[in-house]
Amino acid sequence: MGLMDIFKKKGSGDVAKDRLKLLLVSDRADCSPDVMMAIKNDIIQVISKYMEIDAEGLDIQITQTESETSNGTVPALYANIPIKDLKHSSGK
Amino acid sequence: MCEVIVITSGKGGVGKTTTTANVGTGLAKLNKKVVLIDTDIGLRNLDVVMGLENRIVYNLVDVVEGNCRIKQALIKDKKYPSLFLLPSAQTRDKTSVNPEQMKKLIDDLKPDFDYILLDCPAGIEQGFKNAIAAADRALVVTTPEVSAIRDADRIIGLLEANEIKKTELIVNRLRMDMVKRGDMMSIEDVQEILAIDLIGAVPDDEQIVISTNQGEPLVGTDCLAGRAYMNICNRILGEDVPLLDLDTKNGIFSKIAGMFKKN
Repeated sequence: MGLMDIFKKKGSGDVAKDRLKLLLVSDRADCSPDVMMAIKNDIIQVISKYMEIDAEGLDIQITQTESETSNGTVPALYANIPIKDLKHSSGK
Repeated sequence: MCEVIVITSGKGGVGKTTTTANVGTGLAKLNKKVVLIDTDIGLRNLDVVMGLENRIVYNLVDVVEGNCRIKQALIKDKKYPSLFLLPSAQTRDKTSVNPEQMKKLIDDLKPDFDYILLDCPAGIEQGFKNAIAAADRALVVTTPEVSAIRDADRIIGLLEANEIKKTELIVNRLRMDMVKRGDMMSIEDVQEILAIDLIGAVPDDEQIVISTNQGEPLVGTDCLAGRAYMNICNRILGEDVPLLDLDTKNGIFSKIAGMFKKN
């Protein structure tokens, strides 16, 4: 039974831990999905002024990251913005 | 010098009342003068867990409203003469008492006791605010489950906001067999997520059910939960007690089996 575990996927304990980590970040930040949507739309607007981005594929979330100044973690806004075309339009 | 400790959790049913009863009894066993206050107005339970339900005459609300003196409402424990219970009212609701009244009540009790333990109701409303109003220290009880940990995190935030200086964690109802299998979060996992100091871990022990049935806290008896609670009491007093090995099966066979399970 023990050996079989090696082939099994992640235990449910780890699943719980991962889910909690994500959940608590948004709980602590007190950031509702509406606010996240508003941030997302604003980011799309701003970046779109300078380059063509894939608004559909844009992903933002609040995560934890290692703090540079102290031990422990701090919240961070993570954004993955796929660029479709780098417009070299210097004059907008 | 009297220390006021609130036992809280956010979520219901994780073991606040059992913890209050056992930690309070354990401290009395260690020759401290202790009073337990059940702040769960409307849903009192600490009296039955302590086995003192037949001795109640007056309650918390009676004291606050001035229907009796504090001394009249305090119930002396069956076994330990330095342990007292101030029961909650069963037929009233949380709004019968406010945080100012709780502070006053606790200030009146402070000169006579070493420890005042407050059994907090579930939730974050009035009852919680009453319970934490006068606390110097908080024990946050959680089980290794997502719902309990999420609520504990919220509670820890609220305790910080209310400037409770010392907040410590009790991980309750651990099942080491499930932790080993990877199907339950470990003490370390819970501690990492909640990021506060751990003051103890209590295994899921059948003896707890038996002791609650009998109305006799099991702290200090020769079972895992009994020892775990006693360790918590000693740590409250400031002693450096190593964490109890909660793993019941420590034979050679299970060690070998454990080696294969590591992944």
